[in-house]
Amino acid sequence: MTATANGIATQSAEATSVGDVVLDVDDLSVVFPTEEGLVKAVSNLSYQARLGRTLAIVGESGSGKSVSSMAVLGLHNPKRTQITGSIKLDGIELVGAPQSTFQKIRSTKAAMVFQDPQSALHPFHKVGKQIAEAYLAHNKVSRSVAEKRAIEMLDLVGIPNPKRRALQYPHEFSGGMRQRAMIALGLVNDPKLLIADEPTTALDVTVQAQILDLVNDLQKEFGSAVILITHDLAVVAETADDIVVMYAGRGVEKGDAKEVLAQPSMPYTYGLLQSLPSHSEDLAELKAIQGSPPSLLNLPPGCSFHPRCEFKDQVPGDACWTQLPEWRPTPGLANRQLRCHLPDPVRTLQEDEGVR
Amino acid sequence: MLTYILRRVALALSVILATLVSTFLLFFAGPSDPAQAMCPETRCTPQRLEAITKSLGLDKPLAQQFLEYFKGLFVGRDFTYAGDTVHCGAPCLGYSFSTRQSVNTELFTRFPNTVVLALMAAAVFTTVGVTLGILAAIRRGTPADRGIVGSSQTFGAIPYYVLALLVALYPVVLWNILPQYTSISSGVGPYFAGMLAPALILGLYTSTSYTRYTRNSMLETLSMDYIRTARSKGIPERTVLVKHGFRAAMSPIVTILGLDIAALLTGTLITEQIFGVDGIGRRTLAAFRAQDLPVIMGSVLIGATVVVFMNLVVDIGYSFIDPRVRLS
Repeated sequence: MTATANGIATQSAEATSVGDVVLDVDDLSVVFPTEEGLVKAVSNLSYQARLGRTLAIVGESGSGKSVSSMAVLGLHNPKRTQITGSIKLDGIELVGAPQSTFQKIRSTKAAMVFQDPQSALHPFHKVGKQIAEAYLAHNKVSRSVAEKRAIEMLDLVGIPNPKRRALQYPHEFSGGMRQRAMIALGLVNDPKLLIADEPTTALDVTVQAQILDLVNDLQKEFGSAVILITHDLAVVAETADDIVVMYAGRGVEKGDAKEVLAQPSMPYTYGLLQSLPSHSEDLAELKAIQGSPPSLLNLPPGCSFHPRCEFKDQVPGDACWTQLPEWRPTPGLANRQLRCHLPDPVRTLQEDEGVR
Repeated sequence: MLTYILRRVALALSVILATLVSTFLLFFAGPSDPAQAMCPETRCTPQRLEAITKSLGLDKPLAQQFLEYFKGLFVGRDFTYAGDTVHCGAPCLGYSFSTRQSVNTELFTRFPNTVVLALMAAAVFTTVGVTLGILAAIRRGTPADRGIVGSSQTFGAIPYYVLALLVALYPVVLWNILPQYTSISSGVGPYFAGMLAPALILGLYTSTSYTRYTRNSMLETLSMDYIRTARSKGIPERTVLVKHGFRAAMSPIVTILGLDIAALLTGTLITEQIFGVDGIGRRTLAAFRAQDLPVIMGSVLIGATVVVFMNLVVDIGYSFIDPRVRLS
């Protein structure tokens, strides 16, 4: 849709083939004014999601992963949120866009699969109707056509007996089935971007893999871009192409997902990986990152991670305390960017690993 | 579904029975002596007191009195008074100690007045309360919200009998804006017109709590994940609010509504008293003053039945709103 007549300003070309940028988030900040002060949920975040690729956004709870992606669909209360920077979805600028713009792009250009399908589906409405509603909102078709489409979608996401299932309520579905239905709802209008917000967190482990496989398979079939929000690094390793690691509302490292996991260059990413239990070294003590995430009301000066960083002594001067590190390419690694003052982060981290 | 209803009806009957037994026992456990109350103070001789006691059947053992009462309820019973025997057919609620009238007549001629008053008030408080509550919720934090919440709290903080008295005094009696209550015998039009003042004040006063319930329920619903999902579909905000928000927000309100209507049906005592509505609440109050056991028992029976029945209606109604509570 390139029409400017219906209020959508076209600023750059639409994404059509694999690798094209669908979502370009640039210098995005999301701030919630509260009585205690400004909660800086997301600060100066930049990333891109490309057709046919999966971008993982990784970080602890409260690192701004979900907040940033909810901004893409305009799901924050505009009266109680200050959003600055730029979010370009398929060429459409969304920061400052009116609700009517969001209403048009929701589900058609970008859709979201939420964390807990139990609470994300309406308990009073039949599953088929909930999916059909999204289709009806954007297609001039009859209700019965939309409901047929909903059944097709349920079939597509691997729900057996979709005709009968469409007439059931969410509470009659199992957790995994509900998440499948949620994915069917997300894909019903064939969006170019699917944001999956911790889609497997509320599911039991055996079902998690099935859901991830399903998202991967559907991505291949639809060729859409997927943003996978997660704190589960194992999930990232399995499914993601690209990765952005977030800490306290900021991106701190980005690059190719497998490369980042194999060789982290930012102390926070390194800490996250160190805290993972590994199957090979049995009975080794898990190493947690010391301290806890900072309050978003009162971020530490300089690098937000410095109070918890083990390597801040290796940075000359007081840069960690006083200067916010800017994005820069990681020395010695191709295709990698980080925010860290360490002069040679790769070597510093490798040496640390050698000691252990 | 059928077994469910049968089970509920059986449960309802046992609740009503338990209520009747406890009312009966409580009446006699307290310092009550209906015969004394009926005996003219100045000319009350022990013989006379005994005669009255006997004529009321109060000399019989408690168990027997209760069994006779029950017999009356299900098969009817005979009353002997001053040599005459009167048959009182089932469901016989007995004869008033103080007026000697049939309790059935006494209560069932007055009950419709209470029903009309309660339902008119309910119509007012559901429409006004729910509308204001929804408005306040979707305009949360705005002057409109603060105005609605503030005024309903202020209004609701004034004692009800003061408000009702003011309404009865100024618009009805002094200014003649609203007509006074008249019984149905003076015509349907004047009857309903006369109900307007009591129903309005009762309804508006009760609406303040409905505004609060509805606002809270709607706000809670709007913070639910499924509302976010609905928004993310790209449907108009109004559809989100009405189709996804309103129905879910109403389900707890329906429960309170059923119980409140039941409470009003058992007697809108203050309203009836202040506006002179000849309802069941006023009659019951008089019966308590006169220690008029049959009338007390009768109104307790009606009250218990109404409450139990409304509960059943709420539960069945609830299952239509919320598919997770389908009856089985």
